[in-house]
Parts: sequence; structure tokens; C-alpha cells
Amino acid sequence: MELYFQQLLNGLTLGSIYCLVALGLTLIYGIMHIPNFAHGHLYMVGAYCVLFLCTLYGLNYWMAILISMVILAVIGIIMERLVFHPLRDSPPTNSFIAAVGALLFLEAGATVLWGADYRRMPEVFDKVVNIFGIMATQQRLVVIFSALALMGALYLFMKKTLIGSTIEAMSQDREGAFLVGIDANMVSMMTFGVASALAAAAAGLAGPLFLVFPSMGGLLIIKAFVIIVLGGMGSIPGAVAGAYILGLAESLGATVFPAEYKDLVAFILLVIILSIRPTGLFAKEGR
Amino acid sequence: MTPSINSLRSGKAIYLALGLLALALPYIITSKYLLHVVIMCYMYAIAIYGLNLILGYTGQLSLAHAGFYGIGAYTVGILTLKLHWSFWLALPAACILASLAGILVGLISLRLKSHYFTIFSLCVGLILFLTIEHWDSLTEGVRGLIGVPPPNPIPLPGGGSIVFTDLNAQYYLVLLCLVFTIFVMNRIINSMVGRTFMAIRNSEELASTIGINVFTSKLLSFVISAFFAGLAGALFAGYIRFLGPPMSHPNMTFEFLLMLLIGGQGTLAGPLVGALLVNTVTESLQFMQSYRYVVFGPFLILVVMFFPRGITGGYYSLKNRIRLKKQPRAAHKEAPPVLAADHAKTKSEELRG
Repeated sequence: MELYFQQLLNGLTLGSIYCLVALGLTLIYGIMHIPNFAHGHLYMVGAYCVLFLCTLYGLNYWMAILISMVILAVIGIIMERLVFHPLRDSPPTNSFIAAVGALLFLEAGATVLWGADYRRMPEVFDKVVNIFGIMATQQRLVVIFSALALMGALYLFMKKTLIGSTIEAMSQDREGAFLVGIDANMVSMMTFGVASALAAAAAGLAGPLFLVFPSMGGLLIIKAFVIIVLGGMGSIPGAVAGAYILGLAESLGATVFPAEYKDLVAFILLVIILSIRPTGLFAKEGR
Repeated sequence: MTPSINSLRSGKAIYLALGLLALALPYIITSKYLLHVVIMCYMYAIAIYGLNLILGYTGQLSLAHAGFYGIGAYTVGILTLKLHWSFWLALPAACILASLAGILVGLISLRLKSHYFTIFSLCVGLILFLTIEHWDSLTEGVRGLIGVPPPNPIPLPGGGSIVFTDLNAQYYLVLLCLVFTIFVMNRIINSMVGRTFMAIRNSEELASTIGINVFTSKLLSFVISAFFAGLAGALFAGYIRFLGPPMSHPNMTFEFLLMLLIGGQGTLAGPLVGALLVNTVTESLQFMQSYRYVVFGPFLILVVMFFPRGITGGYYSLKNRIRLKKQPRAAHKEAPPVLAADHAKTKSEELRG
């Protein structure tokens, strides 16, 4: 029984990280209708940023995350301007391919700059806490609660600020948003900025738990896609629900299946769900 | 007559010369290494023709292509190495198995449109890769299949035999398959079926309103594309004779995609041009190895932005523009884009009898 609670906690940690990445992806999809295959690689760049800010410049962990969020937001905005903005009127497959190009560039660029070897981020919260008999490192709890805090902040940003409302308006109804005078350029840039910053936050939080290497975003991005398809693409509550479902399914699945098939769980889940409900579990619109 | 047949007729001499050049190539190039590069290019080209059919002509970006390529290769590898089948039986078996996998995947994934389909196919590609990597008892996992036998010798009527440990024999085998692929592709795209695919690419809604069964057509295109990926994989197994899981990784699909995009999607020559060009450039940039994507990644984006139909497509549009200037009216009749309306006209003519 204890094992299951332990896995439940692991699932929540995984789910929190997936959630932050998937939220960014779903925001971008909601506005631009682009599946940004390079999003996972932005996460990777974010992880390196936090790593270097911590180790080379000896910055405080939280400061490092905050600064790398800002750096990534800028990178995200640059990517939107250079790659996706010029392609906004071309057939959708072209932007998919451009996203693949960006992905290849980021991964190869990271390999050239920082080498292909695996790195470990210094642990900040390495004490073990005992909650009702379950052992957990502080880092896992930090991940879970920081993710919740970020989600809360995102919610407030979307509902209470003007920029947030314009993003939401545009994802609800593009033409309607134009009619009331919303600047599409501004919104696209903001969305990419926010989404990339979320990816950086996820990377910073997950960093001490996992290893940092150039292709770390490859598998994650596909899982994030599974999540947003699960939740209905473009839907924010769907992404949150999907992320925790996947995180829990993976960690609980690990108790049943052999460990090497762990990564297959996500994709098999996706195949089953899309076979039954091609629009995803919580879809709000037609396919 | 369709424009491609017209251009085929006008360029007949060029095609003949290219064919002869391809036949004589092993005697022109003396370097074994160069011949090896050319064989690899042909092999990739066969797989890319498959991708071209589903992406370039049908407008569906499938990222599972390397998975089918892997299925083809591993089928040949396992059948010949472990069950001691003849290569000549394993080759069709590989194509059939890849097509069957294509049917299975297509039945589920093609119900989804555009983004969903692409994401789904990426996941399928990863599932295939992970299965190959982890199914140790069948595929030897990360160690890979080592020592796949070469194609069995073919006895000649006058005594002696064609032995496939010889590089030239391998070259002609792959060339034969490439010619077969191009021939089939040419027949498909100039047929009603091909027009149907293009109609779907141009507009799925319009295609279905004029009575095209969109799902069946997409499935057909997808299965044919998987077939050729399987064929290329099977040839790869008989030639390289070592199989490792990375060959079925989505990164391989990205390489195919890069070659296709640069060569020109939706054109008949595109896959071959792209495979030859990208591979020779890659081979001459050997020292860059995995870093080459620092250049290729942005290049892919630029191609998509400025030359969405690649080198071949760019060449055709240039040629058309020149022709348009010379004789505006005749050129207009031959303008290449095949529109759904065009298709509807032929269809109604056919119905009228």
C-alpha cells in the first residue's frame, strides 16, 4: 500500500512538470493553431539556463529560475517573429515543418555549445520529509506546490489582466477578437513569451530531479502533445487534467509494467483515446 | 494531356541520357566509397517517394515514416538471419508487412485531421521505435541485428551467378527498385487516383463535396507510402547488413523530410534530387556529424518560407514563367496546378461517357 502512495506522490510531481509544459503548448495552439514541436527544446534551453545561472554565476535557485524565465520568454518571442509569424498565411503543414526545423536547430545548437554529456543540477532542497509515513524529498514537494502557484498566477493573469483577456479572447474567437480591435501580433508574441517562460519554470523545477542533456525535450514534448490531445487541443483546464492523468498513469503503471515500457504508457493511452474519441476527452470543438 | 506527360515528352532525351548515365555509373565512378554514397541516396529516395505521396500529393504530414522503414528492414533482418529465409522471399514479405502496419495505423490515425494526424503519427513513430528498441528477444534491442546475410545469389542460365556481395550487383538491385518506384509513382500521379489525392491536398472539404471518399483515398495513399518505406528498409537490410533501432527513430523521418523538402514536395523528381543533394552535402560535411543540424534546421525553415516546393518546384515555376512570357495563351493551357475543379471536370466527362 505504501508503494502506491509513494508512486502517487511521484505521479503528482511528474504531472506538475508535464502540466507547466503542456499549458504553454496548449496556449500556443489556442492562439496560433500550430503544434509547436520545438516547445520541448525550449524546455531544454531553460534547463541549461537555470543550470548555468546556478553553477557558473552562483545565483540563488529561485533567482535563477526567474531570470531563465525572462530569457526564455525573449527566445520564445524571437522564435515567433522569425519562424512562425512569416508562415501565418501558408498551409498548416509548412508551419509544422518549420517547427521541426527549429527543434533540430535547438538540439544541435545545444550539443555544439554545451556538449552531449549528461549534467546534474545541484540539489537545493535535498532533505527528506516524512508525511504520514511516505518519504518524500523536499524537491518533489517544491515542484508540486510551485507548479500549483504558477498555475494560480497564470489563472489570475488570464482573468484579471488586459493582456491575459486578449489572449483568451483570441483563442475563443479569432475574428471576434479582431473586430474589437485586438492586435494579433501583440497577442501572438505575448503567448509565445508566456508559454516559453512556463517551460523554463518547469525545467528549473524539474532540473534537480532529472538529468540535463540536449535531447531531454524530445520525449517530453511528445508527452505534452499526448496531454493536450487528451484534454482537447487549446483547452487550458483540459491540459491541466490531462497532465495529472498522464503523470499518475505513468507512475502507477510503473508498478504494473516492467520499467522499460514506462514511456510506452503515454502513447498507448493516446492511441486508445483517439481511437475511441478522436476529439480528445474534454474537447470543446469539432476536430 | 496532363502537364507532366507533356514535359516528359519534351524532355525525353534528357531522361534517356539520365537513365543511361545511371546504368553506366558503376563503370564511370571508380571509387567504391562514392558508389556506396549513391546507393544510399537511391535507397533513401525510394523511402522519400513514399513520403512524397502522402505529404506532397495528399497533403498529410506523417511523421511515422521511419517506423515503416524500420519495419521493412527488421522484417528482412529477422526472416533471413533467424529463420533463414531467402532474401527474395523476405523482400516482398517486408513490403507486405509494412503495408499491413500502414493499414492498421492508417485506419485509426486518418480519421484525424491535420494537426491531430501529425501528432498522432509522431507518437506512432515513437511507439514503433520504442518497440524495436525494447523487444530484445526479437530485434536484439539496442545491440542491433548483426550479420544479416546479403541477398542470395541468382544463378544465370549460362552458368555462374550474380553475387550480391559485389557492390555493382547491389547498385543495380537498388537502381531497379528505384526505377520501379518512380514508374509506379508516375503512373499513380497521372491517374485518376493521383488526381483524387491532389484534390484532397488542395481542399478536403471540396474533395468530399464532389463525391471523393476522402478517408479511403487517404488510406490508400498512406498504405502505398508505407509500402515504399518498407521496400527501402528491406533493401537497406540486405545492403548494410547491420540494423540498429536508431534507423526507425523519428529523427530519421526528419531527415527524410529535409531531403524531400529541399528536393521539392509534390514533384516527381523532388525525392531523388533531394536525396542526392542532401546526402552528398552531408557526406562532404562528415566532420560536422550531428552538428549539421545547426545549419540544416534553419535551412529547413527557410526552404519552407521561400521555396515551399523545393528545388524542383522552383525550377518548374521558373520554367513556366519564362514560357508564359514567350507564348501567353498556349502556356496558360499547360499551367501545372491540378485543381479540384479540374478533377471534377474529368470526372463528369467520364460519367457522361
